Amino acid sequence: MAETALLPARWPALPAQFPARPYRVAASESRHAVALVAPAVGLMLVLLFGPTAAALVISCTDWEFGAAAVRFVGLANFRALAADPVFWKALGNTLTYVVVVVPACVAGGLVLALLIESRQRFRAFYRTAHFLPVMSTLVAMAVVWQTLLHPTIGLLNQVLHVIGLDGRNWLREEGTALFALALIGIWQNLGYATVLFMAGLKSIPRDLYHAADIDGADSALDRLRTVTLPLLGPVTMFVLVMMAVRAFQLFETVHVLTKGGPNKASEVLLHLIYVESFEFLRTGRGAALTVIYLAIVVGITMLQTRLVERRVHYA
Amino acid sequence: MSAHRQPWFNAVGLARHCVLIGTSAIMVLPFVWMVSLSLKPPHEIFSSAWRLWPSTFYAVENYRAALSAVPLVRYLANGVFVCTAIFVLQILINLPCAYALAKLRFRARDTLFAAVLVGLLIPPQVLAIPLFVLFYAVGIVDTYAALILPWTISVFGIFLMRQFFRTIPDELIHAARLDGLSEFAIVWRVMLPVARPALVAFGIFSVVAHWNDLFWPLIVVQSEQIATPPLGALHFANDEAGSNYGPLMAGTVLITLPLILVFLAAQRRFVDGITMTGMK
Amino acid sequence: MAAIELRHIVKRCGNADILRDVSLGVEAGEFLTIVGPSGCGKSTLLKIIAGLEEQTSGEVLIDALPADHLRPKARDIAMVFQSYALYPHLTVFDNLALPLRMRWLTPVQRAPAIGRFFGSAARQRVAQAVRETAEFLEIGHLLDRKPGQLSGGQRQRVALGRALVRRPKAFLMDEPLSNLDAQLRVSMRHELAALHRRLGATFVYVTHDQSEAMTMSDRVAVMMEGGLLQVDTPQAVYDRPSHRKVAEFIGSPAINLFRAHVEHGRLRADGILLPSHWDIPDDEAVTVGIRPQGLTLKADAPSGWRGEVAHLENMGADLFVHVRTRLCDTALVVRMSPHHREGLKLGETVTVARLGSAPMLVFDRHGQRIDPRREILSEVVNG
Repeated sequence: MAETALLPARWPALPAQFPARPYRVAASESRHAVALVAPAVGLMLVLLFGPTAAALVISCTDWEFGAAAVRFVGLANFRALAADPVFWKALGNTLTYVVVVVPACVAGGLVLALLIESRQRFRAFYRTAHFLPVMSTLVAMAVVWQTLLHPTIGLLNQVLHVIGLDGRNWLREEGTALFALALIGIWQNLGYATVLFMAGLKSIPRDLYHAADIDGADSALDRLRTVTLPLLGPVTMFVLVMMAVRAFQLFETVHVLTKGGPNKASEVLLHLIYVESFEFLRTGRGAALTVIYLAIVVGITMLQTRLVERRVHYA
Repeated sequence: MSAHRQPWFNAVGLARHCVLIGTSAIMVLPFVWMVSLSLKPPHEIFSSAWRLWPSTFYAVENYRAALSAVPLVRYLANGVFVCTAIFVLQILINLPCAYALAKLRFRARDTLFAAVLVGLLIPPQVLAIPLFVLFYAVGIVDTYAALILPWTISVFGIFLMRQFFRTIPDELIHAARLDGLSEFAIVWRVMLPVARPALVAFGIFSVVAHWNDLFWPLIVVQSEQIATPPLGALHFANDEAGSNYGPLMAGTVLITLPLILVFLAAQRRFVDGITMTGMK
Repeated sequence: MAAIELRHIVKRCGNADILRDVSLGVEAGEFLTIVGPSGCGKSTLLKIIAGLEEQTSGEVLIDALPADHLRPKARDIAMVFQSYALYPHLTVFDNLALPLRMRWLTPVQRAPAIGRFFGSAARQRVAQAVRETAEFLEIGHLLDRKPGQLSGGQRQRVALGRALVRRPKAFLMDEPLSNLDAQLRVSMRHELAALHRRLGATFVYVTHDQSEAMTMSDRVAVMMEGGLLQVDTPQAVYDRPSHRKVAEFIGSPAINLFRAHVEHGRLRADGILLPSHWDIPDDEAVTVGIRPQGLTLKADAPSGWRGEVAHLENMGADLFVHVRTRLCDTALVVRMSPHHREGLKLGETVTVARLGSAPMLVFDRHGQRIDPRREILSEVVNG
């Protein structure tokens, strides 16, 4: 320590403390916590839980937006939906879309992540290139896809023509509209799955691969089977759920490109909610659809939590 | 990966490049196509020749047409304003709550955290109808407030920041209390700076999600002046419906460009942010 | 400088008793160390003194005035934390200045952007105090850096500086040296002791390292499982531990402990008779403690314990021989001078005996130490 003379040992004394209210640690923390939490709690009630409850309530009424009279009708809306072929078509389309897009994204994402992570070269470039669609404004890119899928000037049909196959009006034909949307969906979400898997791969400790090498499992396939895939279990589950939830939220491309047509061939759940509530103004029915949508999304997420809890086997 | 098998090394590496370049090309193709069409005159767009670069440079006409048809700059400005306002309000409201949940002891703490977890399950579209009804009743439909308010509360943000705050040692807070900082001062002068990584990650997630959101603006916005970029793109596409593809593509280029440029400049942060928010 | 007094402090957390009726007096200007194994409640006690935690019952008095109702800032006590708790986003200068800014600047002067236009005189005083403290601790050249750019030892000084800059009534230190490497720890011990002498301040120091406690303190308070076992000078705690657990904890290598019986007023341990300076009734079971330096290896010992050499610990200046005997379950540790290294081999049979009239501690079956008879005491002390 320096040998300088130290300043006076004490600063001028603080004024004597005789607080009006004695200080108690726990109470002080409590008080402040309540103040810090209050705005968020208030907004949570008004903007999150309140509306959710309201949706549940509205779904049991026959309310139409702008109407003066509202009547409580119990489960009538749900029964009406169950009898409505459009609802089932929309539900079926949504599930089809999910079944096409999700496995493609998960499998594709895994393969791409393995490929990108396997070597150092150009890793960042590939990652950026694949992630670009995820970041972009889907509405605008949907318009671009419309031109790509255009029956005459679109690139897809031009390429097919060169190979000798017939191009179709992908977005306007009943049989292909949904799958065209699925193609766009895969294009948009594949990068997200890839990046998530890449993060998962990076978090696998190198030592496990060294141990596998010593144990004799040193070919690429062996390493995949003994180390990579088992350790990617939780990540895979997570990616699966993420992709499924995003797939169920399909709306932009439907609204921009097909409006649910032709003939409801590409009608999906969220779009139906929008149409019912804000175009037909059948608010009660729209709310009922919303409740069903909520149940599905919550169901998927709860399924993941349950499965992850059972499968936690690696640190 | 051990690279001691020399002859294989090049072949596998090469194969990898081939596949990845192929998939990258498909990913990037729509963007390239978009730019390409935006530079071409109409007769080239409709010809069946495959040229990326136009023989006649028509960019000026296309872009000028796009800019004059709809207020594109206005849309982008709205996007910046709305997303910034949302993010700032999100910090003001959710950060203190996250800190309290992570570090302070109070009776309702566990209940509140349980509520946050439940809130995470609710997809935003579920709130659309009731919120619209509420805003209509209050008279704020078709205002910036309607675009911003619903997103000021973010249970995801609370969750993310709470997890982050839990990794900060209690001793820092003790030291601050001993130094005489009030509880509020601790939140804004100590916790906020220290939480920067989590804030960056959350910020990226928030800005991207709200910049690209169509569902809610579609419902709540009726006038052009406050339209956000996705809504603007939609109006534009509807206006230019038919065969005016050149200006249409020019418009989409202008709308998507800002976010893409920001992304390219800060890719690492973006990807880390998205994965970090995802993994939590 | 303040005297601190704790009266019957109890801290209960749920069902667990963290502190049991702790009463302790720290004199003004003394260096008192609270030492004990991890988890015994010493850090909690320190936080209660600082006002960061609340006791379930009992009182804290600072300078004979009750302090329980005062918030931490008002108690005018500074604390150095184990992890230093430096503000990572502030420079060293700002870290040191913060406590002074909180005290000397009004809220307006402290306001984020506009505050800098007000109170330049007060600001200068702060800056001067910070610079002087930094010079004193020889960290003046680090003022512009952030904690993340400093080494462990430098961070420790900044933490110390932050406490020092406030010129508090007392300094509380919660294991401040445990994150440093061994060599740095030893040199910092000297510096802290020197700092204490220079300032004449009250230091309350908490550690689990008994050698730190022994070398730095005026008095040592040995704490285990939430209760104070002994408060005394280091030498007294070493020579006259009040409880077997204190004897076990203090001193390195640890004291040798073994059972003995009382027969006809004498102590018998595994067949060997020991001098009987203690008044203990017959057939009582006691524990005897002899430190390693109180034992020796004798080739021919009429009164010694035979065993095998289990381990040799060569410390350079000393040789510690671990001998497994029938006397107790663990090996006896015997201190020998280094030139015996050559002669001893693992597994060799040796005889362990008490070295002359080396000090011997006797503990009753509750662990309390039994004092030798009065007239023997002076003999033992002087012999």
